[in-house]
Amino acid sequence: MLHQLTTWQLADKLARREVSARQVTQACLDQIGRVDGRLHAFLSCDAGDALAQADAADKRLAAGANDRPLLGVPIAIKDVIAVRGQPLRCGSKILGQFISPYSATVVEKLQAAGAVVFGRLNMDEFAMGSSTENSAFGPTRNPWDTARIPGGSSGGSAAAVAGDECFAALGSDTGGSIRQPAALCGCVGLKPTYGRVSRYGLVAFASSLDQIGPFAKDVRDAALVLGAISGADLRDSTSVPQPVPDYAAALNGDIKGLKLGLAKEYMIGGMDPEVSAAVQTAVKQFENLGAEIVEISLPHTEFAVAAYYIIATAEASANLARFDGIRYGARVEGADPTELYCKTRGAGFGAEVKRRIILGTYVLSSGYYDAFYLRAQKVRTLIRRDFLEAFEKVDAIVTPTSPTAAFKVGEKSGDPLQMYLSDIFTISCNLAGICGMSLPCGFTQNPKLPIGLQLLGKPFGEETILRLGHAYEQSTSWHKEKPPLGV
Amino acid sequence: MASDFNIQYVAKLARLTLSAAEEEQFGAQLAGILGYIEKLKELDVTGIEPTAHAVPLVNVFRDDAVQASLSNEVALSNAPAKANGLFVVPKIVE
Repeated sequence: MLHQLTTWQLADKLARREVSARQVTQACLDQIGRVDGRLHAFLSCDAGDALAQADAADKRLAAGANDRPLLGVPIAIKDVIAVRGQPLRCGSKILGQFISPYSATVVEKLQAAGAVVFGRLNMDEFAMGSSTENSAFGPTRNPWDTARIPGGSSGGSAAAVAGDECFAALGSDTGGSIRQPAALCGCVGLKPTYGRVSRYGLVAFASSLDQIGPFAKDVRDAALVLGAISGADLRDSTSVPQPVPDYAAALNGDIKGLKLGLAKEYMIGGMDPEVSAAVQTAVKQFENLGAEIVEISLPHTEFAVAAYYIIATAEASANLARFDGIRYGARVEGADPTELYCKTRGAGFGAEVKRRIILGTYVLSSGYYDAFYLRAQKVRTLIRRDFLEAFEKVDAIVTPTSPTAAFKVGEKSGDPLQMYLSDIFTISCNLAGICGMSLPCGFTQNPKLPIGLQLLGKPFGEETILRLGHAYEQSTSWHKEKPPLGV
Repeated sequence: MASDFNIQYVAKLARLTLSAAEEEQFGAQLAGILGYIEKLKELDVTGIEPTAHAVPLVNVFRDDAVQASLSNEVALSNAPAKANGLFVVPKIVE
């Protein structure tokens, strides 16, 4: 089955001209036709444009050019990243019929690497959520059990990759929005170090936390896509001019002597016992492969969720001020500009976005700034310091990605605080600005749902977590299991 | 702290019209969330510098040179109302 190949397997077949880019793009479109009615991973998909890109790739391949690492590989994009000429709605009604006038740097880079960039993937509105239930266009479903959520906010990206509707996808991660859905859908998701990947063309949620990263079918694929999108960009002043290594070359299988930290603060109550057991088994496997397990402490862990929801909502309340009905998107008329803004925003934003704008506005408002926002930024310093001190002793840290497997649609949507607390393992990584990756490490028994393992790395330590993840993955078969979607 | 949380005042600051049902629902949910984030007060942060972001860069400059940008037509292509190459907005000055 063509659409079930990994990206590196496909790139190899394309280079040897065993298949054409048109065939594989059509195979993705056919799979979308077969399964997306059940998954709803895609908000839209411009098949004609995808096939035209595939034909252009085939021309290059016919001319003998295989200098581009992703030439002819179909890769789909979360609806928060701009692709010129395609819709961009961020899972929200407020953007109306917005068509992107330019492409994000990551999209230009994927295209320069030869990828067929297609489709708009569903997400929680403005990337706010952990279940993709906050999309204005209806939830995405988990390919392993369509009664369950795929995680979020990049739930469409995770479901599309797990469901073999595309070979890889891009998502964004502000507090776990790549890693948590990757864990819940059983694929690989990597949040790069803050500054590793340009955010030009990414609609901002919380600017000091947001990063774009890949969803992939295995660790090697994640390394390939990460290499293609990384690097400094004059159009994003927060991108760091750090050389981009050959990430795939780091996957040499040798992890002997690498030190892997286990944080005692992450042994929390409320963990699903099957998730705990799977992670413990994975840790033993790392030991079998020659890694050394070291107990570490991240003493400020219990304050991370509170600090995060102050900082992220404060930044969101400022970033989302631009959606005012004046320059783009939907507009509800008013007698004066203020009435127009209030009505447009009241009608255009969904409940979770409104809740977070209200919270963010409050924590920044006069009289509360020092008590909430400034204090949270100081706690952020303590959390970052915890990690930098831990990384003096270890090369990476291993944790569960999420305390439980996928929950049912509607199960937690009435209780935002419970939803926020489920982000406990992923949030600190964004506050500290380090990198993290989730990869499959097992399944729950009944029902059979994927469990994710998280590896956290030093700033710009992506090679190390990729090497560790790859060595582990190749010694297991979790990544080869396919969800029960039929043929 | 949560007790003096006035949702109507904050919604006005945020330029956000809320229905009565939303005010009631968000008010209750945000009281719970604010109660939770009070947790940060347990920590002594005396002498700790705030972290605004985690990137080791300051003052990123480029040459002060004109570069290509969106044309007027493209910049207006998503406007809800436009005329004569401009965005149309409600009357601001009497």
